[in-house]
Order: sequence, then C-alpha cells, then structure tokens
Amino acid sequence: MAWFADKDISERVDRMEVEFNQFGVDAYGVSKKELVRTYTLLAFFYRKYFDVTVNGIEHVPARGRAMLVGNHSGGLALDGAIVTGSMLLEAEPPRLVQAMTDKFINSLPFGSLFSSRLGHLTGLPEHATRLLEDERLLMVFPEGHLGTAKLYGDRNSLVRFGTGFMRLALRTKSPIVPFAFLGGGDAIPTIANLEKTGKLLGLPYLPITPYLLPLPRPVSLELYYSEPMVFEGTGNEDDAVIQDYVDLVKERIAGLIERGAKIRLGRGESSVQ
Amino acid sequence: MRVILTGIAGKAGQLVAQELLERGFEVIGIDKRAWPNAPEGIQIHRADIRKRAAEEVFRHERPDAVIHMATVTHLARRSEERYRINLQGTRAVFDHSHNYGIKNVIFVGRHTFYGASSVSPLYHKEDDPPQSVNTFPELSDLVAADLYAGSALWRYPELTTCILRVCYTLGPACHGTLSSFLRGKRVLTALGFDPLFQFMHDRDMARAIVLALEKNLRGVYNVAGPMPVPLSVIIKECGRQQIPVPEQLFGLMQGRLGMPRVPRGAVAHIKFPVITNADAFREATGFEFEFDHTQIIEQFLEACPPPH
Repeated sequence: MAWFADKDISERVDRMEVEFNQFGVDAYGVSKKELVRTYTLLAFFYRKYFDVTVNGIEHVPARGRAMLVGNHSGGLALDGAIVTGSMLLEAEPPRLVQAMTDKFINSLPFGSLFSSRLGHLTGLPEHATRLLEDERLLMVFPEGHLGTAKLYGDRNSLVRFGTGFMRLALRTKSPIVPFAFLGGGDAIPTIANLEKTGKLLGLPYLPITPYLLPLPRPVSLELYYSEPMVFEGTGNEDDAVIQDYVDLVKERIAGLIERGAKIRLGRGESSVQ
Repeated sequence: MRVILTGIAGKAGQLVAQELLERGFEVIGIDKRAWPNAPEGIQIHRADIRKRAAEEVFRHERPDAVIHMATVTHLARRSEERYRINLQGTRAVFDHSHNYGIKNVIFVGRHTFYGASSVSPLYHKEDDPPQSVNTFPELSDLVAADLYAGSALWRYPELTTCILRVCYTLGPACHGTLSSFLRGKRVLTALGFDPLFQFMHDRDMARAIVLALEKNLRGVYNVAGPMPVPLSVIIKECGRQQIPVPEQLFGLMQGRLGMPRVPRGAVAHIKFPVITNADAFREATGFEFEFDHTQIIEQFLEACPPPH
C-alpha cells in the first residue's frame, strides 16, 4: 500500500465503480494510488477538523450518470472537497465525484497532474459530455469563479448561474441533483479579493481574511442534497426556455440554503469579528 | 488484389507489406530507399514518389489500391524538404490514383494531427480541428498532407479514400516517435506534467491498415490500441529512468548527458495528452487489438533494452 494511505479509505476506493487498469489508472488518468492518498488527507479534515453534517445523500443515484449542481461557498474549493468527501465517506456505495477545473489550472506545472489524477478534467464541454455518457458523477458549480469570490456578507447568497449545465443535462439526459453547501463562508471568511497579487501567483485572485491567510477555520459545515430534477428536451431549446429551467434549479438551491441558514442561525452561527 | 505501397522500405512500411503478403495481396513497393532482404514476391521500385519513374509504376502496374506511407515524420530533415515530400508526394499519389483508375487510396496519417495543448479535450473525434499547427508548427506539413488527402473525398468521388490517424506505435520494430523518445537510458519529461499516452503494437498498426483496405473503408478514422496510460508509467515499465526537468531548462539539457534532442514544439506533447477516440474505426471494421500494454512493452524491451 502507498505511504500515507488509510485502510478504510483504500477499501472504499476499491468499492467505487471505476475501471482501473493493471497500472491502477482509469481511461481518464484517474489514479487509484493518488485517490487513496488524497482522500486519506481529506478524510482527516472531513471527520476531525470540520464538523460536517450531510442531509439527503440518498437522493444521489447509487450508480449511473448524474450531475451534482450547487452553490459555491468559501474560496479554495472547500465546497468541492466536502461534496467529494461526502460521496466517498458517506455514500453507499462510495462514488467518485468528478469536477471540471478552470482552464488555467491545466497549464500550471502539477496543476493538471494532480487534478487529472483525482478525476477533475479541464472544463470543456467535450469532457463533461463524455464523463456523463460514461455514467460518471459530475459536480457543477453554475456560479463559476464569481461564486468563489463571494465576500463574508454574501456567504448565503447566489450569483448569476451559467446555463451550459442545463443544455448538457438535456443533451445527455442526466438527472440534476441540486445541493447546498453552508459554512464555507465561515470557514474562510473573505473580506477582500486581491486581484493583482493573485495574478502574480498565477491565480485569478487571492482571498484575504481577517487573519490574512485564506486558511479554513474548524467550523461546522452542512451539505443538503435534494431530490433529483429531471428535465425533458434536446438541449437545443431557446435561451429563454433554458433560463426558465435554470431558474428552477437555482430556486431549489436557494430554498436549501435558506433552510440551512435558519438552522445555523438557531444554533448560533459563528461570526467573525 | 494489386496494391502499391509507398514508403515500403521504412520500418512501418515493411510491416504493412508483410501483412499484405500474408493476407494474399500482390505487393508493389515504391521507395527511394532500398529494402535489403525483402521477402520474396514483393516487387520494389526504387523511385521518388514525386518523380516520373513513380508515375510509370502506376501506369504499368495498374494496381487496384494504394497505401500511402511515404511521409517523413522525424524532424531531422529540414522543413522545406519535409514539406516537399509530405505535401507534394501526397498530391502526386492522389493525382496518379485518379489518372490511372485506382479504386482505393489509404493515407496513413498520425494522431498528432490534433495537437497537444492545455485546452484540448481527451479522446479526440475525427471531426476535431487540427491544433498542432498552432502548438507544434514543425508538424504543419503533416497536417496539411492529412487535410489535402481528405479533400480527395470530394475532389475524386470515384476513389474510395481513407485517412487513418494512427496513434504512437511501440514494439519489436523499435521504430517511431515514442520508441525514439524512449531509446536512451534516461528520459526527459516536463516537471509537474504527466500526460496520458496512447500506443499500439507495431503489428496491430499494420493489421489495422490492411483491414481498412479489406473493408473498403471510406472517410477519416482514428486508429488506436489499448487504453492510454500516463507517460511516467510507460517510462518505468520500459526500464528507463525518468528525469523531470522544469520546462525552462529543457533547451539546456537537450542533447547532453545522453538525453535525446526534442524540438521545441514537441515539449507540448510531453506536457499534454493527444488521445483519440477510435470507436468509429472499431465499429466500421471490427478491429480488435491483439497485443495489450504488457505484451507491447515486453516485446519493445526485448528488442530495445535500456542501454548500459
């Protein structure tokens, strides 16, 4: 077994429905060894560092194509990591969540290497279509990078949704499982995004917190999955029709966020001075 | 069936010639180079495909089909010369085929047509545009030859034209781009990048080309073997030592310390994958690869062990 690999995680990765070849790599370059190694680290944060509560995970299909569509909360892909972690640690059977990465990541040394070994391919329509046609589980954040740039005060809001995911769902006849992620804004309370400094580091921007570095604090995080939404169509509908469908998904997610935010408030949501 | 095979003296050409013979074809080779010890029953004409002597072969032999493999891929040749051979040679093949009543023409192209870049998708389909013109300008003559050959589909509708974009080959022939890349004891790679590579056995490549002819295939098809694997895995399995180097240092390291020379544009090909989807070819011909990764690498290692 590889160094830094947990036995339980290794067993869960084994049970994922991914076809690895004799070198432990699948058709997209996903590496079993890297999955186990990274998920071992992720499991520590998921189980020990944060206090994660997942609701409605039974709504995610146990197999076959589906799109997990949700809100961004907290910079640095904390949302994506927790969704991925929930499907690995809590779903039965465990499933591999695959995201579409920003194009700039692929051109950075190690960026493409790590993201592709974990199943996150460059954000191209061809990749998304192929993964779904291959019965994989795709994670989509229709808010795009504007969503990760939300400041602390806007942590429970949604910015504009892109519409590409809806055409993709219609074309590939994939069910959409809306989800809401809460607490990311408390974990990484962003008070400003430095664009110029970020550019120097090869990033779109650098989030700044009251304690300067965008390191996540050990707070409680909640994930709500809702019933799958299935839309009928070809994907060639007018923009107006697509926009209506997208709004339905956005409303569902907004409802989940509202529900979650009330519960957090009732519990006395941690605040940042 | 009488088949003209251009570029017959090359390693790949020889394999295709042998496969044709085994399948009962009559083989007529055209090549500037000699093929010493060629198997009996193969007629070889030493001629340049762009010259009159080659046309004479078409006129006299009146073959039924042409397999065009006389293209230069290695980058040692000056680009002007490559352009003349790859593009004008291809033009001559199609003109002669049209003029002398040939039924089938197969152009053997390469998967590198699609080019490697950070934003190109995995599993290219045949209708994807050629990005290598941009990422690897040294390959533009091959891209042009591929597209020119494809234009025969509408220019000469009476010809059954087939363009095959074949992935890297590896195996006992110890020939080709990937094989040369793996020849030394140490293999330079770009630090922080480990693209997927697709390769097939030399003999599977030859079988696929002959199968395209037997099935009377028309159109453009990707040809590939087993599923792709990361470059680092290939290097390790081939008993070579991987030396990851920051891209900026590439120019300095090349040709030194036993490292091979790689043209600038080629660096993109060891940073990003060029992977094709060969489903259409499989469906049209029923092609199945015979050799898996392990067999291919075993045979390559036997013929081309790491130097001491």
